[in-house]
Amino acid sequence: MTAETLLSQQKAAIAEVLEAYPEKARKSREKHLGVDAPEGVKGACDSTKSNKQTVPGVMSQRGCAYAGSKGVVWGPIKDMIHISHGPIGCGQYSRAGRRNYYVGTTGVDTYVTMNFSTDYQEKDIVFGGDKKLKAALAEIDELFPLNNGISIQSECPIGLIGDDIQAVAKAYKKESGKPTVAVSCEGFRGVSQSLGHHIANDVIRDEVLGDNSYKKDFESTPYDVTIIGDYNIGGDAWSSRILLEEMGLRVIAQWSGDATYKEMTIAPKAKINLLHCYRSMNYVVRHMEQEFGVPWMEYNFFGPTKTTESLRKIAAFFDESIQAKTEAVIAKYTKMTDAVIAKYKPKLAGKTVMLYVGGLRPRHVIGAYEDLGMEVIGTGYEFGHGDDYKRTKEELSRATLIYDDVNEYELEQFVKKLKPDLVASGVKEKYVFQKMGLPFRQMHSWDYSGPYHGYDAFAIFAKDMDLAMNSPVWAHTKAPWESN
Amino acid sequence: MQEIDNIVNGQKLFLKPEYQEVLKNKKQFEGHAGATNPEKLKEIATWTTTWEYREKNLAREHITINPAKACQPLGAVMAALGFENTMPYVHGSHGCVAYFRSYFTRHFKEPTPCVSDSMSESAAVFGGLANMKEGLRNCKALYKPEMIAVSTTCMAEVIGDDLDAFVKGAVTDAEGELDSTYIPAAHTPSFKGSHITGYDNMMEAIFKTLTPEGDVVKDEERINIIPGFESYLGSLKEVKKNSFNV
Repeated sequence: MTAETLLSQQKAAIAEVLEAYPEKARKSREKHLGVDAPEGVKGACDSTKSNKQTVPGVMSQRGCAYAGSKGVVWGPIKDMIHISHGPIGCGQYSRAGRRNYYVGTTGVDTYVTMNFSTDYQEKDIVFGGDKKLKAALAEIDELFPLNNGISIQSECPIGLIGDDIQAVAKAYKKESGKPTVAVSCEGFRGVSQSLGHHIANDVIRDEVLGDNSYKKDFESTPYDVTIIGDYNIGGDAWSSRILLEEMGLRVIAQWSGDATYKEMTIAPKAKINLLHCYRSMNYVVRHMEQEFGVPWMEYNFFGPTKTTESLRKIAAFFDESIQAKTEAVIAKYTKMTDAVIAKYKPKLAGKTVMLYVGGLRPRHVIGAYEDLGMEVIGTGYEFGHGDDYKRTKEELSRATLIYDDVNEYELEQFVKKLKPDLVASGVKEKYVFQKMGLPFRQMHSWDYSGPYHGYDAFAIFAKDMDLAMNSPVWAHTKAPWESN
Repeated sequence: MQEIDNIVNGQKLFLKPEYQEVLKNKKQFEGHAGATNPEKLKEIATWTTTWEYREKNLAREHITINPAKACQPLGAVMAALGFENTMPYVHGSHGCVAYFRSYFTRHFKEPTPCVSDSMSESAAVFGGLANMKEGLRNCKALYKPEMIAVSTTCMAEVIGDDLDAFVKGAVTDAEGELDSTYIPAAHTPSFKGSHITGYDNMMEAIFKTLTPEGDVVKDEERINIIPGFESYLGSLKEVKKNSFNV
């Protein structure tokens, strides 16, 4: 498709989608949709409104502050117990849904896939549940003596009825001598999970980074780094870690996939914080820079081009011995990734993709698709901010439809108009598009595959995309009475 | 490293010796007992299998662990999904709806439509009437449902939104757009009962809306079977099949 026709198609698609709305909703939504291209001076990435209230009555894909804190930031810390404090639902729905891999004995020294809830009843709403919470904390310590701390993740009613969970946590911490933190991440706060990330970051800043108990005996080396904002989905952080270690660096902490409380506290000892998911953890690395003087750097481990670029950028921060080792690492893996590209690119080149995900992926995975010769023609964030869209512009290779907080209706219409060869989004969208006869990959959970970070992971990514798109099943999606 | 003719994912990748080395090396920074004190881990793991631990666990009153229940609005959404051209609508914050949709999509492996009116801080202070008014209209405009089945989240219940009045107000203000739409509404607070209760509450509200009092036709030949929250659809098929044989 020529650039012009693509651009005009995209613009027409937006105009058509907006027509369906009543006037008030249309005025709000039109500010969130647009087209941008790499060469344009000012495009949608500069002007798109983001991080704004969702229009009521649509099928938004957004989650809540509790999802951002419990589900994303705190939940993967494996040796702490995270209480879903409030009614039963939230803990149940967020249980083990994010594929945060970890090593440990579940229920004995690690607890990530378990659901702990205070199961609020009517009487707790009426009379307050602080006493219940205190008793729950004591029961947890009795039944799970190896836990290294407890976090209390608030659900909506807690903030509304005015329970003082901060006081309960403080008193219990004094009594038990163990880290006990209260996170006021009630779901109605803010417009999406993004505020939950921020609140969770602030609590890490206040309650975790100040804990010096593990810092005292920590022996530093000049090559200490951390991986921040990697939730080890399908083992992502491990396939990133291996590269950094082969470069001669020492990864002292992983936040927060497969993390322990100890790793959370020693992070400020690093020489540099390496940040993968900017959206969910930029707050705390900025704090570490100000408070502890630890610089930070963003990187991108999706696809060999970006991985190589990132490894060189990281190496440039260290001395020549690291830089030399890095080149050796790149050379070693490039042979393999070249073979992967040679194998899969001929089957995938020229295919178009539309993305709709959250966090860092709407821009970070573009490079991996382009490495396989695939063309991203639409992308958007569930809960991005202006700085995410600015960073997206640098990744674009052609006219791209930009949609912020796109809802099911809009996304479906865009896909019908632009007819991409692959849609990559979340589980809620998966069967909508597969039932339209379109190849689909979940790009939140890697569709039960992964890891997708690093060189080894790229081979999996390429294989998965090939499986999704070139499966013989797509030849049989037409009903018998519709053929010819 | 990956072999081009045998690309592996997940466990098979991490069982390769170079990754086993990475995981072993990571232990020096970790704080869980598996890394710091494997003996203790063994001791506690054994203790959790004892009768003493069982008794302790059964005496637990305040913390709920891995329960087999969810909250009311999930059941309400399920009840609504069974009706033709019906959109489940949850009055509350949209995080809940994202969870219901993911949960059902994973279970049924089917798309799960459901909208929310995205209440947030301002709605917590001023009530959710404005959200309801705009939400019902947007929902109708985009999806053109014949019925919109409204349920509530704990947030709307705690702030005490007057559901029936809100729905009436929204219909009055909608310039006729909602006049021909059935809008049953059920209170489904998450802190009372479970998803089972939510299903029943929504079902009751739908019946009340669709069959106003006095509009009853008695039919000796037919019965209704209301299975409650039955998520194994094969069972329903079986019930239907067998009921024809009676």
